Amino acid sequence: MRLPCPHCGTRDIQEFTYLGDANVERPGASEMSEAAMMSYVYERDNPAGRQREYWHHSAGCRAWIVVTRDTRTHRIESAESAKPLVQN
Amino acid sequence: MRYSIFTLAAQTLKGHRGWKPVWRDASPRSEYDVIIVGGGGHGLATAYYLARQHGLSNIAVLEKGHIGSGNVGRNTTIIRSNYLLPGNTPFYEFSMKLWEGLEQDINYNAMVSQRGVLNLYHSDGQRDAYARRGNAMRLAGADAELLDRDQVRAMLPFLDYDNARFPIQGGLLQKRGGSVRHDAVAWGYARAADRRGVDIVQNCEVTGLMIDAEGIHGVETSRGPTRARKVALAVAGSSSRLAAMAGLRLPIESHVLQAFVSEGLKPLIDTVVTFGAGHFYVSQSDKGGLVFGGDIDGYNSYAQRGNLPVIEDVMESGMALWPALGRIRVLRHWGGIMDMSMDGSPIIDHTPVRGLYLNAGWCYGGFKATPASGWCFAHLIARDQSHPVAAAYRLDRFATGHLIDEKGVGAQPNLH
Repeated sequence: MRLPCPHCGTRDIQEFTYLGDANVERPGASEMSEAAMMSYVYERDNPAGRQREYWHHSAGCRAWIVVTRDTRTHRIESAESAKPLVQN
Repeated sequence: MRYSIFTLAAQTLKGHRGWKPVWRDASPRSEYDVIIVGGGGHGLATAYYLARQHGLSNIAVLEKGHIGSGNVGRNTTIIRSNYLLPGNTPFYEFSMKLWEGLEQDINYNAMVSQRGVLNLYHSDGQRDAYARRGNAMRLAGADAELLDRDQVRAMLPFLDYDNARFPIQGGLLQKRGGSVRHDAVAWGYARAADRRGVDIVQNCEVTGLMIDAEGIHGVETSRGPTRARKVALAVAGSSSRLAAMAGLRLPIESHVLQAFVSEGLKPLIDTVVTFGAGHFYVSQSDKGGLVFGGDIDGYNSYAQRGNLPVIEDVMESGMALWPALGRIRVLRHWGGIMDMSMDGSPIIDHTPVRGLYLNAGWCYGGFKATPASGWCFAHLIARDQSHPVAAAYRLDRFATGHLIDEKGVGAQPNLH
């Protein structure tokens, strides 16, 4: 598997570190509760199919990216910088 | 037909033409008392113990492919009970005891071989951690021996004891550990359950769950609907997909784990040995192939195949442990999909849906747990209360904080 880093181009998966599902969002201060935090920390959709996920280009440009990938085939649909997504 | 030396002799005289199929290829009926989804080792064991221990026989095991096509036929066949934490040790030791009596119980040769499992240590700190683990095991009734370097060398003279980076200092040995022929476990449980009236339905994929406000009433399948007031999921690898049909989100990610077999060789290694400075374990099958594996690939996957970097990593660990492996050719490798739970430990529990039970989250370690998992899941389904040795495997432990985190790495499933 190779990932298309938006900054460096296509690179081998060994350069990257996986974090997980990018749709998981930490509850904001107003919606913070034990149940919301439990869900954020532990519960995952774990889809068989399309998933948006965080990867860190740890042995490359050291940027966080969001890759859209099919978990059944490992086919990569797209990869984008995580920075604008996280800042919103 | 009961298997024995006499039936074997009789069949030999008849030219082995009288053997019957080991289980009926059942078609789904319209209604059962209990439906077990998943015809792997855990599902089949659950059906068997429901019939044997709890007197139920109107049971179906629904399998989307064929029996033994999932993880029960994809693992590296190791059994052991060398766990540290109180929630785990009694459960896995109970499983070990069931392995020890399994073949007589189900009248099937599963080739249970207690050839020992040896975990090597490479530093003083690791030795101390293994001494603690060994003590925890002995307190729970399991066996454990802490070996020094010379004792390990007497067992396995060919390892790289003077590796510059990871010299072998000794190991923690569980002599009662070993390996079991995994296919025979699936077939043996299938046959034993079938003999007690359980319907084993193959090529029958569950496509939906019939749930209303009162609870579950049955399942929709690719071979039509079938009803039951109790439905039990034993579908590790696909637990999240089935649970999603009930509106549940589980503390589980699905990851691919690869395993490897070498070409057939003369007897080389008569135990199971694990490298303590990386993730690598190896044993030798009765056909002569070395069976080995290492880490999961580390990203969510349902593909049942992995990527090359992990293969390279496993081979490197193997070479660091046992340099002669470099002369051996790998014959095949494959992948299986693991339920990686958020604390690295399994779940055997009710779900919030009345009548729906969950057996999931086995991470790498499901095979060794097969008998106890089936036993405890059957107990839960029949009596609606957890078996004492599986009482810690609750689904709500993630909310209450009673995690069972053997590795202590937290909610990062690819690190467990």
